[in-house]
Amino acid sequence: MQRLILRNKNKIALISGLLIAVGFISKWTMGRLAIFEGALIIASLFGVAPIAIQAYQALKVKVVSIDVLVTIAVVGAFLIQNFEEAAIVTFLFLFGAYLEQRTLNKTHSAIKELTEMAPESALKQREDGEFEEVPVDEVDVGDVLLVKTGAKVPVDGTVLSGEGSVNEASITGESLPVAKEKGSKVYAGTILDNGTIQIIADRVGEDTTFGKIIELVEEAQDSKSEAERFIDRFSKYYTPTVLLLSFIIWLFSRNLELAITILVLGCPGALVIGVPVSHVAGIGNGAKHGVLLKGSEVISDFSRLETMVFDKTGTLTVGSPAVAEKEYYGDNIEEVLGYLASVERESDHPLAKAVRAEVGATTFSTVEETEVVKGGGIVARVNGHSIAVGNRALMEREQVELNEKAQADIERCEKKGNSLVLTAVDGELKVLMGVRDQVRPGVKEDLQKLKKLGVKNLVMLSGDNQGTVDVVSRELGLTEAHGNMLPEDKAAYIKRLIEEEGQIVAFVGDGVNDSPSLALANIGIAMGGGTDVAIETSDVVLMNSDFSRLPHALGLTKAIARNMKQNIVIAVGVVFILLTGLLFSDWVNMSIGMLVHEGSILAVILNGMRLLRYKSR
Amino acid sequence: MKKATIQLETLTCPSCLQKIDNAVKSLEGVEQESVSVLFNSSKVKLNFDEEKISIAQIEDAITALGYEVKKSQVR
Repeated sequence: MQRLILRNKNKIALISGLLIAVGFISKWTMGRLAIFEGALIIASLFGVAPIAIQAYQALKVKVVSIDVLVTIAVVGAFLIQNFEEAAIVTFLFLFGAYLEQRTLNKTHSAIKELTEMAPESALKQREDGEFEEVPVDEVDVGDVLLVKTGAKVPVDGTVLSGEGSVNEASITGESLPVAKEKGSKVYAGTILDNGTIQIIADRVGEDTTFGKIIELVEEAQDSKSEAERFIDRFSKYYTPTVLLLSFIIWLFSRNLELAITILVLGCPGALVIGVPVSHVAGIGNGAKHGVLLKGSEVISDFSRLETMVFDKTGTLTVGSPAVAEKEYYGDNIEEVLGYLASVERESDHPLAKAVRAEVGATTFSTVEETEVVKGGGIVARVNGHSIAVGNRALMEREQVELNEKAQADIERCEKKGNSLVLTAVDGELKVLMGVRDQVRPGVKEDLQKLKKLGVKNLVMLSGDNQGTVDVVSRELGLTEAHGNMLPEDKAAYIKRLIEEEGQIVAFVGDGVNDSPSLALANIGIAMGGGTDVAIETSDVVLMNSDFSRLPHALGLTKAIARNMKQNIVIAVGVVFILLTGLLFSDWVNMSIGMLVHEGSILAVILNGMRLLRYKSR
Repeated sequence: MKKATIQLETLTCPSCLQKIDNAVKSLEGVEQESVSVLFNSSKVKLNFDEEKISIAQIEDAITALGYEVKKSQVR
């Protein structure tokens, strides 16, 4: 019986609403007070049933819940024969609960969309080599699985055979398909857009990247900030206090109506729900845009960020040197490039690697008499030509003449922080290449956005020499840049900012050798070094280590912080207005109290939902 | 000891948490410290001793309070 009533709470709300309508219509159109009262009595009896059951169960486990307050209020209203109030209050309470559930479901929608992307079944290879469909729980590490076009990849694994393109939006937030072939890694929860692949399971279930993301998001949602813990403690004692207060008021004033009105006004709804709602909607928005915020402490710190400290190599720059400048002198360049690539093929110097990547496919020739000149480059013979590849010092040693244009080019490249690779054929300069670790595309714009969002200091720390650091700093428009720093120097620098200057500091680094700095900073953000490491070590996880999510992350936390404040103002303001209304005027009664109270709960939920649509500009 | 994750219908009031928390903790065979009721994901996580209590009994205790159990996972 109890369960039947509880399960049909919504229908009961509907019936009691209809009865109330019937009552009022008959009163106004026919003036039948008997029908009016009868309808309202039935409506309130119907309506109070589920509330009273919940109240009873709450008391059984020693909790004074809102249901208890409302039930007592309704009983009180019956005692003073105010059936109109009793009926309307129960109806509003039930209807409000229904609306709250509907809207709360919406705030969870972003996260639900994410969890629903979890794979459910897999095609697993049996011992006889055939594939059969099994629930994803039955897949173990080392199983061979078949993934067909349109299917979800069930586990994290490695492609054994076949090829195809995979949409990895669920992991990276990036919807461009990624090509996969033998040996490529694939991730659970991603979708094979076309092709067919066989994979071997490396990690299953909660150990997969996708599993970890879901766990993290769920944990983050329910991690409580200091403010929330305070509100929780507060509401634990708040409802009993309201009960006590209304009892005292009744004792002294003997005014039952006033006492039960206090009970209804005292329901703490909007205040306890306002903060978690902003929080959940915000985290949901982040999850959809490739930003995982680990809990509310992180949101609050990040939103008040003053200083961002960046590691240079691999964070602001691509991390591997590449050819940035090119000048050709004379003809037969194709041939020269072939020689150059052939010579560089002999070397594993990082500059040689960059040059080879730049030249790409070409005709290779046999290289003879290779001589490595320390601190200079390489001299060799190719197809009967004497080839010298190296820096300016090598050119001087080989007595290569540098004309005016070449000298100007060299100077210009060096100023921009390039390392030079000059190529001379038979004593004549043919090719100039400037190699440097290039700034990640788009980073400059992202840094500008961060500045606009209110980050005061953008600082770069690097182990490179100050000259190179200055060049990058100027290019990116940073506020400060320090070179020649070891990992412990960086950590000390951050410690000083936090402890001596009292700043809130975020550190963005590669997550491997910068871990002390990541741990020390108020907010640590790991880039690269694999999605796994980044997820575990970062306070704010940028999916796929995508730098361009950073402005969205910052803007979002600011929006969440604002939203929480608005909700607190709404909640406290409503209680304040109702109480002053009750004390100093006569427009506040039980029904209006309940209406305003439910209205304010809906208002904070709807306000929180705005965060789902937040987009950074 | 088994670890259970119970998915409930959407919880709407924080006082529901306290009710479920107190009710589940009072069950014989449920490890008290392990009980956590998550408001936003509407989940209950707990460890229990399968020789003293079954997952069905735990679910019953929650449904008796008026909260629908959607599914539960035991590991």
